Amino acid sequence: MRTFFFVVALALSTLATAALPPDVVLKLGTGDGDERIEAVRALAGMQDAAARALIEAVLAGQAQASEAAKQVLVVVDGKATDAATGAAIATIPPDAEDLVVNNRLRRALETAIATFALATSDRSARETAVAALEKDPQSVDEGMLDAAIARESDPELRMRLGLVHAAATLAGDDRAKKLDAIGRLAESRSSSTRVLLLPFVEKNPDGSFKEADGELRAAAQAAIDAIDARGRTSALGGSVFYGISLGSILLLAALGLAITYGLMGVINMAHGELLMIGAYATWLVQGFFRTHLPGAVDWYLAAAIPVAFASAAIVGVIIERTVIRYLYGRPLETLLATFGISLLLIQLVRTFFGAQNVEVANPSWMSGGITIATNLTLPWNRISIIAFSALVVGLVWLILNKTRLGLFVRAVTQNRAMASCVGVPTRRIDMLAFGLGSGVAGLGGCALSQVGNVGPDLGQAFIIDSFMAVVLGGVGQLAGTVVGSLGLGVASKFLEPFSGAVLAKIIVLVMIVLFIQRRPQGLFALKGRAADA
Amino acid sequence: MRDGPPMNAIAELAQVVRNDAPGRTPLFTRTGWALLVAALVVNCVLVPIAALVVPEGSPFALSAYGLTLAGKIMCYALCAVALDLVWGYCGVLSLGHGLFFALGGYAMGMYLMRQIGREGVYQSDLPDFMVFLDWKAFPWFWHGSDSFLWAIAMIVLVPGVIAFVFGWFAFRSRVKGVYLSIITQALTYAAMLLFFRNDTGFGGNNGFTDFKRILGFPITAPGTRVVLFMITGLALIGFLCLGRAIVNSKLGRVLTAIRDAETRVMFSGYNPVYFKLFIWTLSAVICGIAGALYVPQVGIINPSEMSPANSIEIAIWTAVGGRGTLIGPVIGAAAVSLAKSFFTQALPEYWLYMLGLIFILVTLYLPRGIAGLWMGKRK
Repeated sequence: MRTFFFVVALALSTLATAALPPDVVLKLGTGDGDERIEAVRALAGMQDAAARALIEAVLAGQAQASEAAKQVLVVVDGKATDAATGAAIATIPPDAEDLVVNNRLRRALETAIATFALATSDRSARETAVAALEKDPQSVDEGMLDAAIARESDPELRMRLGLVHAAATLAGDDRAKKLDAIGRLAESRSSSTRVLLLPFVEKNPDGSFKEADGELRAAAQAAIDAIDARGRTSALGGSVFYGISLGSILLLAALGLAITYGLMGVINMAHGELLMIGAYATWLVQGFFRTHLPGAVDWYLAAAIPVAFASAAIVGVIIERTVIRYLYGRPLETLLATFGISLLLIQLVRTFFGAQNVEVANPSWMSGGITIATNLTLPWNRISIIAFSALVVGLVWLILNKTRLGLFVRAVTQNRAMASCVGVPTRRIDMLAFGLGSGVAGLGGCALSQVGNVGPDLGQAFIIDSFMAVVLGGVGQLAGTVVGSLGLGVASKFLEPFSGAVLAKIIVLVMIVLFIQRRPQGLFALKGRAADA
Repeated sequence: MRDGPPMNAIAELAQVVRNDAPGRTPLFTRTGWALLVAALVVNCVLVPIAALVVPEGSPFALSAYGLTLAGKIMCYALCAVALDLVWGYCGVLSLGHGLFFALGGYAMGMYLMRQIGREGVYQSDLPDFMVFLDWKAFPWFWHGSDSFLWAIAMIVLVPGVIAFVFGWFAFRSRVKGVYLSIITQALTYAAMLLFFRNDTGFGGNNGFTDFKRILGFPITAPGTRVVLFMITGLALIGFLCLGRAIVNSKLGRVLTAIRDAETRVMFSGYNPVYFKLFIWTLSAVICGIAGALYVPQVGIINPSEMSPANSIEIAIWTAVGGRGTLIGPVIGAAAVSLAKSFFTQALPEYWLYMLGLIFILVTLYLPRGIAGLWMGKRK
């Protein structure tokens, strides 16, 4: 391997001193605009270190040209060398003028540098180069692109280069090649290629098409349609993803409610504030890491998750012990009392942490995302939340269905008196179940802090939606809450493009109201002979 | 028993109302009548004198601020009475009564906006917010809003019809209890979002304000204010009497029976749907009227009146005063509102603590409210 690099380096160094064709260099120095660009393309096609050095020098404003001496010079720190031969020049010719780089020339030069970068073995450098070429595909030399495509080993870059090639061909005159290029552009995933095709289907002001060739026009139209169809598919994919993401946030908010309201029948209007407590706990843990463990800041979430769970659970247990346990079986009173608790909690947070939103930052590993298509990027923080909510749902399901506590909770839910008779400590179970539901709300708050604002009013925005999710899914059913939340999320994201976010929310709320009136038991009805009390 | 045609129901209702049950309690006791007369005297004689005749600075004078505050509180009390009719007597806790209140307010606000005429900032026939949105004409639902009679019809009809349609679907599907509360809350929340949009045509965020006159009278003049106050007072007294008449009638007993054991009422051959629907719609209309009286006195209506928190506050007025006692909600609304105006001025940070504690303590220790305290002592 080392020998290889050595050989390459040696070859490069000999190339650097090798002469460039003087006529091309002269054309670059003293020709008119078109000739200069032609010269740049010719230099780019050489794939030669000296050519690259010259182009970089021109771009850096170091080149001078003398008409009289028919010489192009590269002047660095007052020392001049001949651009063609690389030989040092003692005296600069008196009529030598700076080579002016206008925008057109600059673009050609940058494209040329990008084509040089295509020859490197560093993938990210090549990717940058491809991106630069994509910006201005029509100034790229086709022959050079052919060579680059043949050399390219990475399939994605090869495909992108193919598109650049097609775009470059479109600027040429060869009809058969153009048709072929249009066909290849139709495969493009990038919306920018659409712009290249548009001139083929545009009309002049007098109604005639700008492109006289009907076959080309039809091919271009077909290609545009294909690109648009793919655009719709990726928009659809985006709606589904963002819908699931919104749904999973809602699910985290509603899951705790599915336990406290769904299973225990306690209507807790302070549930949103438990979310808020989880989010503030996350913020406090972040602050602790920043001041005391700055090296591990990226991992503060790992500590924040249990803290958020515990703090919300403790607050929940306190609420249950001091207020709710006196109100079992009186849902409307519970509603009012817990609303009072929610006011208290909001004001407490305002007093201690201020009314302003606090800043919770994503850990660095959560920023960025996966690009599925050019107009569809799935951010890591949303992907993490979807995974996290799936995990939490799984855990809650395990607790409720596979543990002794879960068995007791379900028993108390189904028949409190009978459970009590066989020795289940019902009061204690109430407390633990309420603590569990509250803790899950805290986890939801921890997740929310990663995608939204954290402020005293955070919970208010979620309380109605999460009640809707629980009611829609069917009270007392974990699966119902999952389906209800995800359904709500996806439905609102699908409506948004047509109606705007606010109207989508209204439509969804009205639809739920209508749905509940049709089917009051929700999507998943509890099986059994439970008559209303 | 599936529902028959609605005519049957109305006949049934009429029969129920007409039938005098044996041993029927009188409309008011002697004290009740005395209180009624006293309230009328205060409202129609003493307050106008205190506000208009008594010179400023005298200890008996009623300031413009006091008059507006009292008028506002009476509007709140009207809402609380309306909620008490459905919640206290029929067991249906609505957390969406703020919606009906706001709808009545908006219906009145539309008329008041038209009364501004060309005196707005942009000197146009259209209200300022429409000029701002570059609208050229009134949208269809603003037609007729320049007529006072039309406004009155809308004040009654819009909340009434919306409540009727909503109640029809909700009660027929036997949506009740907490479910109904949550759904009504979602309803007012959705409406709030809708009214916050500028494109909805009701002034968006800012709502309606900057009113100039009502029926040609300048709206801030002391005389107009006193008349508005008196009308509000009369409405409150009138609806209290109506409420009393309803809960004392056989209809009222059926309502109470539905509250206590709806299934049994059904098994006894009554269809609870119509009873609930009647009291629910009436309650919404009362709330709408309260809203319509509130807007000219306060001078503004905006979508925040529809926020779920406002509707819950109505419930707390009723709970504090005492459910199922008609006069209780009036006391509750007055007590809570006065406490609120005191705290938000003196100790603004502590008001939410206070309100939160009121919610908790009243439900825990005062389930029958202030009125219950007093009645308990009397018994």
